[in-house]
Amino acid sequence: MLAQNGKLKIHTRNLKKSFGNLEVLKSIDVDIYEGEVVVVLGPSGSGKSTFLRCLNRLEDITSGEVVVDDINISDKKVDINKFRENIGMVFQHFNLFPHMTVLRNITLAPVDLKKMTKSEAQEKGMALLTRVGMETKANAYPPQLSGGQKQRVAIARALAMNPDIMLFDEPTSALDPEMVGEVLAVMKELAAEGMTMVVVTHEIGFAKEVASRVIFMDGGYIVEEGTPDEVFNHPKEARTIDFLNKVL
Amino acid sequence: MQAILETYSSMLLQALGQTMLLTLLSLLFAFIIGLIFGMMSVSKNRVLNIISVVYVDGIRGIPLIVLAYFIYFGVPKIIQMTVNPGFRMTALVAGTIALSMNAGAYMSEIFRAGIQSVDIGQVEASRSLGLGYARTMQRVVLPQAIRTMIPSIINQFIISLKDTSILSVIGFPELTKAGNIIVGNTFATAETWGIIAVMYLIVIVTLSRIAKLIERRINVGTKR
Repeated sequence: MLAQNGKLKIHTRNLKKSFGNLEVLKSIDVDIYEGEVVVVLGPSGSGKSTFLRCLNRLEDITSGEVVVDDINISDKKVDINKFRENIGMVFQHFNLFPHMTVLRNITLAPVDLKKMTKSEAQEKGMALLTRVGMETKANAYPPQLSGGQKQRVAIARALAMNPDIMLFDEPTSALDPEMVGEVLAVMKELAAEGMTMVVVTHEIGFAKEVASRVIFMDGGYIVEEGTPDEVFNHPKEARTIDFLNKVL
Repeated sequence: MQAILETYSSMLLQALGQTMLLTLLSLLFAFIIGLIFGMMSVSKNRVLNIISVVYVDGIRGIPLIVLAYFIYFGVPKIIQMTVNPGFRMTALVAGTIALSMNAGAYMSEIFRAGIQSVDIGQVEASRSLGLGYARTMQRVVLPQAIRTMIPSIINQFIISLKDTSILSVIGFPELTKAGNIIVGNTFATAETWGIIAVMYLIVIVTLSRIAKLIERRINVGTKR
């Protein structure tokens, strides 16, 4: 069965999200435990990115309950900025700040939010850059980097606040094929260290190798979930089988 | 022509100084007004949006000369009749207010466009790190917006500098007013207006060249 011994980190009940009249998430119930690596798969338009973005409330939650790190973020009164300090997010298009050096991209939040002094943040920033193999580019500006390099810096930036959950929104979809590996390698390492991760991706190989659980979404619902072996080798639902036939 | 330059050169230079003073003061205030109303127009708050739209459309719908007359002649009258019978407003104050309000409305549009030109992903990345709305604006959005705004700001600077000539109507001793006085004394229309046109031209071309250099400076490092 699933690794459910740890602490409950993410809990959604009857989560719904609409954009105007378009209901994108129709009722999502998920429990994610500490140290789990959950890969969310599904065709485009299935709502998987929207689901991920509800977990740090980059999208307003239309209805239902979302509890992350024991904080009910569906409650409008929550200090959302404080909450987000503990949830790192990595985007498809990197979204590095182009007017700042690589190191400044990483130290901005810890210093501005007074989590660290400038020298502490720089030390930590350099350690993170070393970890993702980008220490020689500390003083470069993002437009000078390749896509894979940008995404590794973006991961370092998200880690600078010492988050206990990391969200990845199609982190390799905008990369040239030869750069996908370097980003996935960093993510694998992170998973091996026990980081709780929710990853929206089309990288089936990554899901098979790293995921503790795979969630297959379609049409705003979770159609099927289970271990990679269950979902990839013994899928039960017709829509899952159909999707896997197309991508595998 | 030489006679005019000999007699009136100090007056012309002084008037040019007043033109520059009025332009710089107005642009400083216009920048602040533009920042405030520009931020209001991109806010999620409907009331702030409406206030901004009313201001921008209101000011843009009134000719500068009418605004200047109203502020210089109309507003003191209202204040004299209501709170302070001895109230006076100098032409510099009235001129600065009129030009600041006018340029502020255009500057607000420049800010709005500049802020909206920044990719929404930048905001999302900053917010996801825990930075609040104001911090995100200050650290991430505005520094990038300003870069794209520089050509428009230079353009507004030049427009405002030329618009100071309109304020000669309220008696402010700027360059065009000086021209009126000199022509009144000498009847040398061609020489006087020729000299004044060249003075505006030299200042505006020089300033726009300097501004271009600054623009290039700021962009170093972020361009590939």
